[in-house]
Amino acid sequence: MGYGIKLRVWGEYACFTRPEMKVERVSYDVMTPSAARGIFEAIHWKPAIRWVIDRIHVLNPIRFENIRRNEVESKASGRKKVIYAAEERQQRASLVLKNVQYIIEAHFELTEQSGEEDTAEKHYNIFLRRARQGQCFHRPYFGNREFPVNFDLLEEDAEMMKYSNVHTGEIDLGYILLDQTYHVNDDGETVEVIPHFFRARMINGVIEVPKLQEVNR
Amino acid sequence: MGEKMGLSKRYEFVLLFDVENGNPNGDPDAGNMPRLDAETGCGLVTDVSIKRKVRNYVELAKQGEPSYDIYVKEAAVLNNLNKEAFANYPDIELKEKKPDKMEAKHKKDQLMLSRWMCDKYYDIRAFGAVMTTGVNCGQVRGPVQFSFAKSIDPISPQEITITRMAVTNERDAEKERTMGRKSIVPYGLYRMEGFVSAPLANQTNFGEEDLELLWSALLNMFDHDRSAARGKMATQKLIIFEHSTVLGNAPAHKLFNLVKVTRKSGVDIARSFDDYEMLIGEAPQGVTIIERL
Repeated sequence: MGYGIKLRVWGEYACFTRPEMKVERVSYDVMTPSAARGIFEAIHWKPAIRWVIDRIHVLNPIRFENIRRNEVESKASGRKKVIYAAEERQQRASLVLKNVQYIIEAHFELTEQSGEEDTAEKHYNIFLRRARQGQCFHRPYFGNREFPVNFDLLEEDAEMMKYSNVHTGEIDLGYILLDQTYHVNDDGETVEVIPHFFRARMINGVIEVPKLQEVNR
Repeated sequence: MGEKMGLSKRYEFVLLFDVENGNPNGDPDAGNMPRLDAETGCGLVTDVSIKRKVRNYVELAKQGEPSYDIYVKEAAVLNNLNKEAFANYPDIELKEKKPDKMEAKHKKDQLMLSRWMCDKYYDIRAFGAVMTTGVNCGQVRGPVQFSFAKSIDPISPQEITITRMAVTNERDAEKERTMGRKSIVPYGLYRMEGFVSAPLANQTNFGEEDLELLWSALLNMFDHDRSAARGKMATQKLIIFEHSTVLGNAPAHKLFNLVKVTRKSGVDIARSFDDYEMLIGEAPQGVTIIERL
């Protein structure tokens, strides 16, 4: 498909929580394709399209910082009147990334829910228009909402060259989350969520993201 | 309740607040010393710390008013003690007001429930919540998003040792006094950036009145958060970027860059807001800059 999009995203903090360490959150070294998809969806998304992440360029050195905060242990519920923060306090640490910057290469596919009026050109142009103007449906974030994302559309391939790479050689990042598939029943309720992982290798700062089908083989 | 005047514009804002001889936000990992960015030496205040103050302010300002309840409360507010009595009997509440848990198995009931929660609680409407009503937990993403506040200049926290003329335990009686510690920042000017998304506001029914309340909370919250630890804290400036459309007219980072806060030339050590100067650039087309305070 000729509708590849390159988006530069950056921010002061990021936390792409590892599922195996999510009580005291520990971030992955890099952004997951799932988090990257969330950024695109925050800018433009319709049920007619599905974002697919192709490549993630890691521009900044990978650095961590520890932040411990007071959190509450329970979730909100209709049966409960209020949560008393002082009684349900948990102090949890988060090991977050600092000063991150990525270039995400992505494209979208039309889904079975797309109608006649949903052409690829239309969605491509809506996305370009919004990204150029800095518009978004909601502010995208790096993993958690307190870590907002700044974004810039890279329209020329030459612009990519401006951002030199600090990572050289091949770095094995181990297994990281690729994305999750949601199985939804007729009422639109999520019945099952299946996580998919892939072996992430960063070669000269670039992580090639495999297709979901390849991972499932 | 019903539908409110929805938001038709996107907003971003910069909040400047300062602290004098106090601890704006203690770090539990560092013995309650003020939070520090270890690399730059700049002070930090977490997003949740500010959210806590917004909640406390709304609770005080809108005490008892329907649809302005606060879900995540600090138990220190006296009024809550009365309510706690009710909380001990959750069964009564359940039958009177809400559908039974089993009924919320269906998507539409869940939506109804989360809407009900949004209508009743200001903080859920503004900041969102993970709700576990029913089998599937509905999740509400609120329109208001804060980031970490960071000080303009590196801060230099000080440990102050204090004494108390009494002891807690009898076995320490001969000691006569106990020593304690307090960490303070002599002066720090902090900057927080935040976002209000109009599409999400319309999903949680966060209306124009709610937005106005958010602004007044940001302006007044420190006036109702006095304590021995905090020292003198105050909101110094609130700069709001109002876009003319729902999706916005300019990238947020470009707008934030318009507000430059620097130490005045000739000032080596800042000890008050007067030691700083603020420059606001010209807004791009379609964006209005509103200065509050």
